[in-house]
Amino acid sequence: MGEICACLELEKTREIVKKYEGKQGVLVHILQDVQLEFGYLPENAMNVIAKELDISLAHAYGVASFYTRFYFTPRGENIIRVCVGTACHVRGSHAILEEFETELGLKDGETSDDLKFTLETVSCVGCCALAPVVVINDVVSKERNPKRIVTKLRGEEEQDD
Amino acid sequence: MTRLKSVEDLQALREALIRRREAKKHRVKVCAGTGCRASGSIGVIKAFSEEMEKQGLEVEVVPTGCQGFCQRGPLVTIEPQGIFYQKVDAFDAPKIIDLTVLRGKEIERLLYTDTVTGKVARNQREIPFYQKQMRVVLRNCGGINPTNIEDYIVTGGYEALAKVLSSMTPEEVIEIVKESGLRGRGGAGFPTGLKWKYAKAAKGDRKYVICNGDEGDPGAFMDRSVLEGDPHSVIEGMIICAYAVGNVSEGFIYVREEYPLAVENVSIALSQARELGLLGEDILGSSLNFDIEIKRGAGAFVCGESTALMMSIEGRRGMPRVTPPRSTEAGLWAKPTCLNNVETFANIPVIITKGADWYARIGTKESKGTKIFALTGKVKNTGLIEVPMGITVREVVFDIGGGVLGDKRFKAVQIGGPSGGCIPREHLDVPIDFESLGEVGSMMGSGGLVVMDESDCMVEIARFFLSFTQRESCGKCPPCRIGTYEMLEILTRIVEGRGEEGDIELLERMGEEIETTSLCGLGKTAPNPVLTAIHYFRGEYEAHIRDKYCPAGICRALGAYRILEDECLLCGLCREACAYDAIMEERDGFYIDPVYCNGCGACVVVCPVHCITVEGKRVVKA
Repeated sequence: MGEICACLELEKTREIVKKYEGKQGVLVHILQDVQLEFGYLPENAMNVIAKELDISLAHAYGVASFYTRFYFTPRGENIIRVCVGTACHVRGSHAILEEFETELGLKDGETSDDLKFTLETVSCVGCCALAPVVVINDVVSKERNPKRIVTKLRGEEEQDD
Repeated sequence: MTRLKSVEDLQALREALIRRREAKKHRVKVCAGTGCRASGSIGVIKAFSEEMEKQGLEVEVVPTGCQGFCQRGPLVTIEPQGIFYQKVDAFDAPKIIDLTVLRGKEIERLLYTDTVTGKVARNQREIPFYQKQMRVVLRNCGGINPTNIEDYIVTGGYEALAKVLSSMTPEEVIEIVKESGLRGRGGAGFPTGLKWKYAKAAKGDRKYVICNGDEGDPGAFMDRSVLEGDPHSVIEGMIICAYAVGNVSEGFIYVREEYPLAVENVSIALSQARELGLLGEDILGSSLNFDIEIKRGAGAFVCGESTALMMSIEGRRGMPRVTPPRSTEAGLWAKPTCLNNVETFANIPVIITKGADWYARIGTKESKGTKIFALTGKVKNTGLIEVPMGITVREVVFDIGGGVLGDKRFKAVQIGGPSGGCIPREHLDVPIDFESLGEVGSMMGSGGLVVMDESDCMVEIARFFLSFTQRESCGKCPPCRIGTYEMLEILTRIVEGRGEEGDIELLERMGEEIETTSLCGLGKTAPNPVLTAIHYFRGEYEAHIRDKYCPAGICRALGAYRILEDECLLCGLCREACAYDAIMEERDGFYIDPVYCNGCGACVVVCPVHCITVEGKRVVKA
């Protein structure tokens, strides 16, 4: 199983890199596309990117680790982002974050062991008029009560099963 | 769509579109900006469309960009009367069609009632939130469908481009921009015309135009709204810039990763512009070749700094470099580059069509035109506003914003995000322009305007901003990397009740040094929120350090006693038990005034439902 996955990763990554052939300044784009494909940046993929672009692995990691939106470990199916921008901060976003932390048993930036949830903070999603804001899987949520959000997401999971 | 080969083609298309539009009088405009989407506007749009189809009506449902009043979303405007509905639900759609669209009657329940005067407003103009605004950059935002180029063309879109290409030399374009007095809206306020002139004068057969849409300031969302709601105005501004600077065939729009809808709408706009021949080769038959590519950010605040942004576009770590050379001499890939902010570019088409004189009449002597602000925080009406330069902070907070939330006491307004500073009560009448804000220690920044009331702790807010800049420091230069870290340590110590005598002076000294020695704008302005907070609220800092006491009752480690309103039975036993008369009775309950509270804990003992909490231990004043 592991080997097949690794093969697939290599194959897909090569395809993505190929798309940008002949263009300059494409590393960030490739990393973004690879992450879109796998949800994070697997080690195998990083190796391929470095090799195909003829740069050192350190260079590839150096760029990837500079930006906060690149991840090196798998992420949860449901990504909960609590906005902690200024407007959300003065309207009490830390209380929401704390409640999510207790509700999910996760700290900011962590993913649950069963890969169901990832909890993270974001510095502003530009929805300040609705502060405090919670973003569930890239959609700004109307519901802000952490308990209800988590219950709803868990419920959907069960239905899917 | 057929490719437009000349300026006349564009004009003909516009006339045809206007004729077609006139046939359809009724339009239902539903806001589909990020804010209203969160409140369910997509469902509202769907409900309207389905209902129209069911009834076989020829009414166009237009999903628009941000209309600004996000707090009241989803927003719906019914044309031709311009009736403005707020907080519309999908279930309301059939009723609105039946009563308002078909019979022209208003549904009172959905109209906006002003919170201060209690007056009901029929349309946008009657709402105080919109009355003092002047929509120049946001002229189309919320009025047109951003994903349909025809909407933009009908409202006079690409007219400025046509004028430039058919009747103006690049020098004349730069001259108009210079005369208009437009200054960069990214924060620093560099004269735009001058920048274009430098970029034009720079030697090079290959130059670039970049639009900076990496709006990283927490609490600011004007660029998002413009990119989402009126992407073509930015594109048009960029094409005009490319023409003026010369030798430019490629441009980039750098958009933050956190703005997926902006990326989507800009992509659609770019491909539609390309289809019509407004981008690409031989634009409108003028032999101008220019195309724009989107670059998505990857989550780094420092990439809002122009040199760091160019590094990021080059696919490298987004770290700023030493200037000079200026970007206009050696920017992207060491070629001359003209970089402007989203809002700056969106101003260009208006300046060209209406003229430099018209534009220069708006605003103050040194700061021309309008500025968009994101009005947020503890204020009644939050949202996106555009006001002429020179308006006072008071007008913005109290007239447009409707005053402080819950009618609490106004404490300060923070302008310019993590690079700006706070403006206290005594400076409420300061006019908002580049110079005046600088004089009181703040700065325009990108335009975040966060209102704070008496329950906000200025030490904690300063710590919040610094923790943000500290986290986002790229680490290249030591003053920023180490300095902000050390300052943050001190501030954290203070809010945790471990502040020491001399900390304030140390913060001030460090702040000044970081400001003078940092490499880029991020470091140079990072201490600003702390320094202005110390300047205006020194007493609060002293209270934290000497008395181990947080006047706002925010800093938990300093242990303010608090009554949990939801659980309180309103029995009043605590009030009787308090020997210091610190428990106050208000209409809706009891609260503990930290000024009088001695922290004895007598109230905790008598409370039958244990709803008085003490977070941390308070050191009683010796």
